[in-house]
Amino acid sequence: MSDWYRDFANSGIGSTITKQFGLPRPVRLRRYTPGQPLLDGPALVGSAGDGRLRAEVESVLKEDGVTVLSPVTADGERGTKVAAVVLDATGVTTPADLAAAHDFLAPAVKRLGTNGRVVVLGEVPGEAPSPALAAARQALDGLVRSLAKELRAGATANLVYVPSGAEASVPGPLRFFLSGRSAYVDGQTVTLSAADVPSADGGATPLAGKVAVVTGAARGIGASIAEVLGRDGAHVVAVDVPAAGQALAEVANRIGGTALQLDITAPDAAARLVEHVVERHGGVDVVVHNAGITRDKLLVNMDAARWNSVLAVNLQAQLDMTQALLDAPGALKDGARVVAVSSQSGIAGNRGQTNYSASKAGVIGMVRSWAAKFASRGATINAVAPGFIVTEMTAKMPFGTREVGARLNSLQQGGLPVDVAEAIAWLAQPASAGVNGQVLRVCGQNLLGA
Amino acid sequence: MTRKAAIVGGNRIPFARSNKKYARASNQDMLTATIDGLVARHGLAGEQVGEVVAGAVLKHARDFNLTREAVLGSQLSPATPAYDVQQACGTGLEAAVLVANKIALGQIESGIAGGTDTTSDAPLAVNDDLRKVLIAANAAKTLPDRLKLLSRIRPGQLVPDQPRNVEPRTGLSMGEHAAITAKEWEISREAQDELAVASHHHLAAAYDRGFFDDLVTPFLGLTRDDNLRPDSTVEKLSTLKPVFGKGEGATMTAANSTPLTDGASAVLLASDEWAAEHKLPVWAHLVDAQTAAVDYVHGGEGLLMAPAYAMPVMLARNGLTLQDFDLYEIHEAFASTVLSTMKAWEDPGFCKEKLGLDAPLGPIDRSKLNVNGSSLAAGHPFAATGGRIVASLAKMLHEAGPGKRGLISICAAGGQGVVAILES
Repeated sequence: MSDWYRDFANSGIGSTITKQFGLPRPVRLRRYTPGQPLLDGPALVGSAGDGRLRAEVESVLKEDGVTVLSPVTADGERGTKVAAVVLDATGVTTPADLAAAHDFLAPAVKRLGTNGRVVVLGEVPGEAPSPALAAARQALDGLVRSLAKELRAGATANLVYVPSGAEASVPGPLRFFLSGRSAYVDGQTVTLSAADVPSADGGATPLAGKVAVVTGAARGIGASIAEVLGRDGAHVVAVDVPAAGQALAEVANRIGGTALQLDITAPDAAARLVEHVVERHGGVDVVVHNAGITRDKLLVNMDAARWNSVLAVNLQAQLDMTQALLDAPGALKDGARVVAVSSQSGIAGNRGQTNYSASKAGVIGMVRSWAAKFASRGATINAVAPGFIVTEMTAKMPFGTREVGARLNSLQQGGLPVDVAEAIAWLAQPASAGVNGQVLRVCGQNLLGA
Repeated sequence: MTRKAAIVGGNRIPFARSNKKYARASNQDMLTATIDGLVARHGLAGEQVGEVVAGAVLKHARDFNLTREAVLGSQLSPATPAYDVQQACGTGLEAAVLVANKIALGQIESGIAGGTDTTSDAPLAVNDDLRKVLIAANAAKTLPDRLKLLSRIRPGQLVPDQPRNVEPRTGLSMGEHAAITAKEWEISREAQDELAVASHHHLAAAYDRGFFDDLVTPFLGLTRDDNLRPDSTVEKLSTLKPVFGKGEGATMTAANSTPLTDGASAVLLASDEWAAEHKLPVWAHLVDAQTAAVDYVHGGEGLLMAPAYAMPVMLARNGLTLQDFDLYEIHEAFASTVLSTMKAWEDPGFCKEKLGLDAPLGPIDRSKLNVNGSSLAAGHPFAATGGRIVASLAKMLHEAGPGKRGLISICAAGGQGVVAILES
């Protein structure tokens, strides 16, 4: 779908006008395509305090062919644009140490090019033995969120908390936040955990040999998720209600997957899904709970049918199917990845969506609660919360509401279904073993609930 | 050394009443969509299957290589060979038998059998007199000759020939033929209406319990057969006026006869090895099949009674009686056809004189008959009915467990019939 305003803002006259009037100036985001280099330019890597991850960061970058500049050499090359700035802030121990973060970031961010990336690595505040230490670590969160709001031209800033022992979990998330896969993920914090992470990242097909179930796959974001998982090498079992079967078959055939017509709220739905994945595929590696419906009304006007149907599809079905897959021997393979689609409304709330927001907040509770059990099986469960994503649904919104909704974020544009799909496909990778129980917003740092 | 072909899946589009949802869909459109749904369900995109065999009863001249064209437009590998068959309403089942036989002989490892028919997008032929003039004009060597020939065209010749649902040799419609048979076998109006109502109720219940979730793929916005009337009752049906047969004894109405319908179906068959390689559960095997034909023109037999003749031949070959089956699928061309056929099998005189049997074949347990509905409710796109029945019955037998037997009986125009045995 075209973004007429973005195209206007990037035209000759549009550029002048938007500059003159201080209007939003969204750019065309750098999105991932197979074969794309991790970064289109060099990366500046620095530390604040005595960090422990700098060597790890530099080796990931070098492995992917990225030229690494340090602040010292950077002085000699003032003016060269950089594609990314990575700060190892795991050495920050007092609020005073944060000055070092500022000292590094200020000149570095000035050199950040279009669609640049800022990634800050820190220690987990919750694990700090003293208030001052916790304060210093937590401060990074505020720093990154604000920096994300200051960045322009498609640049993003995200924070990765790395507890000690989880060093091996860093490469996957670091690559994600630097790459075009995270084009619409901005101002977010992800906390890693220690896990068995495979050394190889799988290259162009990180999901080769994997079987992935995607619910709600006939259209919109679900179809995009199916396509991206298929592109990354997975055999996709595309699930949707029988009535959506024609579109579902088209999606499945386009990606060489399988179509499974199933009403996920049917009493035997979970059992049928389990039987299907065991019998036809010998188990499943990736489950994406994407199917969702809206039945909007103000709470006082909402009837039981609206309330119940939304909770049944968006939350109860996710719980039932996940539980059934956990219980059935051989259904959920070792190292499985479950990704539940939540929503910005589940975090920030939305007028007219008490049922929807309840279901989507419930999804967050679900993944957090299940994380430990999944970790014990070498598996993970996470949620992705999309913000304003341009779909057939948003196309039907009134012009004004849609245009304002699309601009109220740090990237000044709506996201695309593929942005949500890329985040999910990343969480589905073996290299994301250290990301568990997390809620990742794909919202361009939307102002709502930020 | 032969082996039995496995039925591993099926797909059809919902059947639509004539000139409704599929009014603008061609035979090829429907068959292609049906194959694509089958491909998606079984993860066969880009794969080559041994052979695709399908047909249509009402064909346009452009449909000369219909099945191959549908394959080329589908997601199957273009290296998949295909051919057309046509045996009137027996087309779909006959296609399945042909595929199964090649699998049994080891000539192919997998195949798709199907059928498609549209009564909406029906072919209109140029009036035969006009056609002859046009051909002659085309062959003429000089312009004056050509003009002379063309001047012979008369307004009456511009009316196209429409395909008619009649037997060429009797001029009677199939319904009129069936009405004669119904009268002969004294099939009551009430019995026909009861069968029709049961068909609707069974089909609706099957949809509601999700039975068709892996047998049907929606098409052009239609998600269920639009002929289905879940709230049908004998009382409601009893108010309808007869449409076939004449006078007092006429019993056949629009409700206990199948309507003209558009649709397509396909069945995936394979060797057990191929099914295992593709991790596809075997629903049932096609054990045997038999065709028969009767002389309805001069021989005094009913047009649609041929399955009655095919049945004892197949049963004897397999050492089975008519009662040795767990499920029966008798195509409901007309309710009266089903009832006449069953009555004939129970009739000692018919079985002795016409079938040459010492004892009648006997009754069929009605609780095992068409348990998920049949053509009266779903509709009957001629060539698509066989595929609908084969896939549904195979799935029902699979659900019932191993070793269950199912019987199929389908009548066809031209006084023909096809019967088959499936076993899980």
